[in-house]
Amino acid sequence: MAEPLLDIRGLKTWFKTDDGMVRAVDGVSLSIDRGETLGVVGESGCGKTVTARSVLKLIDMPPGRFEAGQILWQGRDLIPLDETEMNKIRAREIAIIFQEPMTSLNPVYTVGDQIAEVIELHQKLSRKQAMVGAADMLKLVNIPNPERRVHDYPHQFSGGMRQRVMIAMALSCQPKLLIADEPTTALDVTIQAQILELMQEMKERFGMAIMLITHAMGVVAETTQRVVVMYAGKVVEEAPVGALFGDPRHPYTQGLIRSIPRVDRSAGRQARLESIPGTVPSLLNPPPGCRFAARCRYVMPACTQAIPPLKEVAPGHKVACIL
Amino acid sequence: MSNMAANKDDALLSVTDLRKHFAVKGGVLSRVVDKVHAVDGVSFDIAAGETLGLVGESGCGKSTTGRCILRLIEPSSGGIWFKGADVTKMDATALRSLRRDMQIIFQDPYASLNPRLTVGAIVGEALTIHNLVKSRRAHEERVVQLLETVGLQADHMRRFPHEFSGGQRQRIGIARALAVEPKLIVCDEPVSALDVSIQAQVINLLEDLQEQFGLTYLFIAHDLSVVEHISTRIAVMYLGRVVEIAPARDLYDTPLHPYSEALLSAVPIPDPTVKRQRIMLQGDVPNPINPPSGCHFHTRCPIAKPDCATRVPELRESRPGHWVSCHYRG
Repeated sequence: MAEPLLDIRGLKTWFKTDDGMVRAVDGVSLSIDRGETLGVVGESGCGKTVTARSVLKLIDMPPGRFEAGQILWQGRDLIPLDETEMNKIRAREIAIIFQEPMTSLNPVYTVGDQIAEVIELHQKLSRKQAMVGAADMLKLVNIPNPERRVHDYPHQFSGGMRQRVMIAMALSCQPKLLIADEPTTALDVTIQAQILELMQEMKERFGMAIMLITHAMGVVAETTQRVVVMYAGKVVEEAPVGALFGDPRHPYTQGLIRSIPRVDRSAGRQARLESIPGTVPSLLNPPPGCRFAARCRYVMPACTQAIPPLKEVAPGHKVACIL
Repeated sequence: MSNMAANKDDALLSVTDLRKHFAVKGGVLSRVVDKVHAVDGVSFDIAAGETLGLVGESGCGKSTTGRCILRLIEPSSGGIWFKGADVTKMDATALRSLRRDMQIIFQDPYASLNPRLTVGAIVGEALTIHNLVKSRRAHEERVVQLLETVGLQADHMRRFPHEFSGGQRQRIGIARALAVEPKLIVCDEPVSALDVSIQAQVINLLEDLQEQFGLTYLFIAHDLSVVEHISTRIAVMYLGRVVEIAPARDLYDTPLHPYSEALLSAVPIPDPTVKRQRIMLQGDVPNPINPPSGCHFHTRCPIAKPDCATRVPELRESRPGHWVSCHYRG
């Protein structure tokens, strides 16, 4: 098999706090192939965002630090790289879009300026050419009147339009990988549908890979090919999307899928939602053994002794559970 | 037009032509330059013991409607009838006793609990205000009972809100609402800030409490799957108006209004084997300061005809219990 585009191996990103070391990402391995859409799902604090930011080294250090692991980008480890070298990778090879487009755009510059800056920096074009490029990008992401809109400021755009601007900026250097961190969480459902469709279109056009980070299982089911499920800083299951929803193996994944009410099944009020009892453990002093043990319905004494490794149970389907 | 409950006689709450306009101030003198029509003529009934879901996207007026009902926001015009009394005409004393019957649970469990009060004080405050317990001992017993009802423990009463997770805080908010034994609870996006596994816990709790205490809910949310799950009937709002009201199952099986249809089709289904036809709406929700003429939805409607821009559609009963406001559907 060809070398994966991105290969994260045993990554540990920890944060030093007054209360002790927070093990936000604690031994995560995952890989993405060229042109693939990988979903990374999990609830608040599972480490999905820290994993994504670690790839671009957008973690403040200190308090954060890479405790262990490798981030292989086309075979080259990014962890030892300095800022100058990282800047050659950022935007040009790996781009990122965030949940809240308002806080990730600079409010005092026009969107055209901000997109042109990226193009200018990475493609060595003149400002004038870059501004033309910026308008082209806005047109590409279906913003009406792009030639006029390049001169507008972020506050003059709606939430959905701002996310389009972010996508335009991210794609302006035609990256090989787009990391999308909860790109539609702040948007209304009809606007979310527009943005997801746009991302799909852009992917087909540029042939890039997408790492989609989200807590929404519905979004994952509709847009990804493979899924990694994270819980409390660790990967608990990895599978092709069909297998994950059709045959979830980890008790956490099973609980997650069953706890979502579904619009397409008019079960109405008779059916009770299945819920996972308890809450996510603290990452300050994570419990020994499986981190899900305290909430797991199948828990056995062995679960609290050692951390279960990820095992392949079917082709491409890996689970970290002793069952 | 207030005969929209399953049965008119059962209506616990009846809202008729409710309007709320917020003034937009501008200029050096802060003069009123415009008005936002947040709620623009909303009518519905809620029968005792049922859950009416109120859905719509940001800015459609669903939360403002909920707050007007409790008069946390003063409505500009229209009627709010609770057990036959007009809430809009009540003075401070009448309002205070009204709030024994009507309570609210908010979206953000972090912002809606006073960080300086213990959980016991938060939950017990209403007991003191409404003089519901005779002694300190009875007060404490009742607080413990309330905490246990919502799945918390007695020793939690001496702790502060910051010591709890989001889901637990939402339970505290629910215990506070239950303290006065209300008949109606307005649930304003009660699970939107919670993770899915915790969201399911809170939804189940709300359903259990409804059964146990015969509660009536107005359940406001933007998540259609959650609303479908919990509601008896659902009202869909767009730009300050109700576009459709129907029993939950009818709405999901046969949505009549083009907006409801698009909204439902946009919800991602957590099952990769399900492939659906998605109705993609173009553009954004228009500005409520200057909403489109006629039918508010005509600018984005896939089936709009010229007269949709001039004639405002009435909400009419297209089949028993299923109301829609569209010239060309139903």
